[in-house]
Parts: sequence; structure tokens; C-alpha cells
Amino acid sequence: MRDRTLWTWHIGAGVVILVLLGLHMAIMHLDQSLGIFGTPGAEPVEWESVVARAGSLFFTVTYVLLLGAALYHGFYGLRNILLELNPGPGIRRLVNVGLTVIGLGLFAFGTWAALAAPGAASMAMGG
Amino acid sequence: MESRGHPNRLGIRGWVGGGRWGFERYLYTLHRVTGLGLLAYFVLHIFVTSSRALGPEAWDQAMGVVSGPLFMIGEYLVFAAFAFHAVNGIRLAIIELGYAVGRPIEPVYPYATSVGRQRRLARAALMIAAVVALWGGLDFFVLA
Repeated sequence: MRDRTLWTWHIGAGVVILVLLGLHMAIMHLDQSLGIFGTPGAEPVEWESVVARAGSLFFTVTYVLLLGAALYHGFYGLRNILLELNPGPGIRRLVNVGLTVIGLGLFAFGTWAALAAPGAASMAMGG
Repeated sequence: MESRGHPNRLGIRGWVGGGRWGFERYLYTLHRVTGLGLLAYFVLHIFVTSSRALGPEAWDQAMGVVSGPLFMIGEYLVFAAFAFHAVNGIRLAIIELGYAVGRPIEPVYPYATSVGRQRRLARAALMIAAVVALWGGLDFFVLA
């Protein structure tokens, strides 16, 4: 694919990340001052909160969307940095194929975790 | 991005210097360094948080590994890197779309440069990033 198209996606993914990672950071790390997502009596990283988010369709969908956008944005950025060093055609191909395979593998793994988490939560509660 | 016909002679060394570069050039370096740091953290973060799919014991065990003051400082550095990379990214997108660079003018002395127009945006971006990073610091270390 042409670099111009990939670059446009990179910027588009950046906008998606800005919104979703902004929300993620606000929920996880500005919880004391904002309290946007509150599970009464539990910190955002406690299992109780994890279960509450895992059971929500909104969180599952946005996790997968953020995962894909962030992996694309990050690995495309890394590819830019590496290809800017003018490697030979063999290394160039290795970078292109290698980063795509690693990125897709991580996406598959992260998506599995997001989809399997509600099942793990209900099993833990004996359901 | 390919650099066909324009060999990148400085390579990585070019990130830290190579001429009489302006302030924005160092924001470029910081954007890259924070981007690489965030990517490295993100890949680890995927593995650590995926433990939730294996149940509460696996989750608590994973959270136990990444707790303590050292990890808290590390997490805060990630938050600060996010604040800078996000706000500077907005600045880059604004400039990429052709805003805040000034109108094209005839090159008549005294020359007005686009960099002079962009600088206010760069200063504003740094200030906003600093405010977000300080807010995070307050939440991480004072209110927690």
C-alpha cells in the first residue's frame, strides 16, 4: 500500500487513540480527582472493577478498537523510524513483514483477552 | 517514510543534533523517544492485563508483580510521556493540515518565517502537556 495512505491511517489512528486513551487514562489514573468510572469501594485495577468493565459491551468494544488503533499507530511509527535509516531491500522487507506479523499477533492475543474476560469473571463467581 | 534519493547521513545521531536547529526539532526527538517508550510499555501492558482472561488469581498475581513504588514511578513516567506525545501529536496534526503556519507571503526583507508563526503553538502545546503531567502527578502521588 502507498505510504501516503498508511500515513493518513496513522493520523486517523492517532485521533482514535487520543479519545480512547484519554478516556482510559482518565478512568485509570485520574480516578482520584475525576472518578469517571466508579465501582464503589474498589480501585480501578482491583478485580471487582475489572469484572464490571469486562461485562460491559462499551468497554469490550472500545478495548478492541483502542488495541487495534494503538498497535497500528505504534508499529507504523516504529517502521518509519527504522526505514528512515535507509536499510537495504532485505531488511526493509523484514521490517515490513516482521512488524505486521507481530502487530497482528498482539492484536489477536489482546482481542482474545478482551472477549474471554467476561467468561473468566462469571466462572470465578461460580456461574 | 521512505527517503528515496535523500540519504539519511546523520541517522539516529540526527535526533540529538546536527545543525542550528530550532526548538521544534527537539520536540520531534522527544516525540520519537516518548513514542518508542509508550510502544514498549504498551506491548508489556497487553501481556500483563491479558491475565484477566485467566481469572482473579492470575489477575492478582500479575498486579502483584507490577506494584510497588518503583512501578508507580515508572507508570507515572508513562503517563507524562502520554501527556507530551498526545498534546504534541495534536500540534503536529494541526500543522500537517496547514493551520497555524501563517499565510504564504512574498519573501521580502525582513523575512517572516513559518517557524516564527508555529512557535506560539509549540509553546502552548508544551504548557498544556505540562499541566496534564502535573495533574497526573497530583493524582498519582498526592491524592492516591
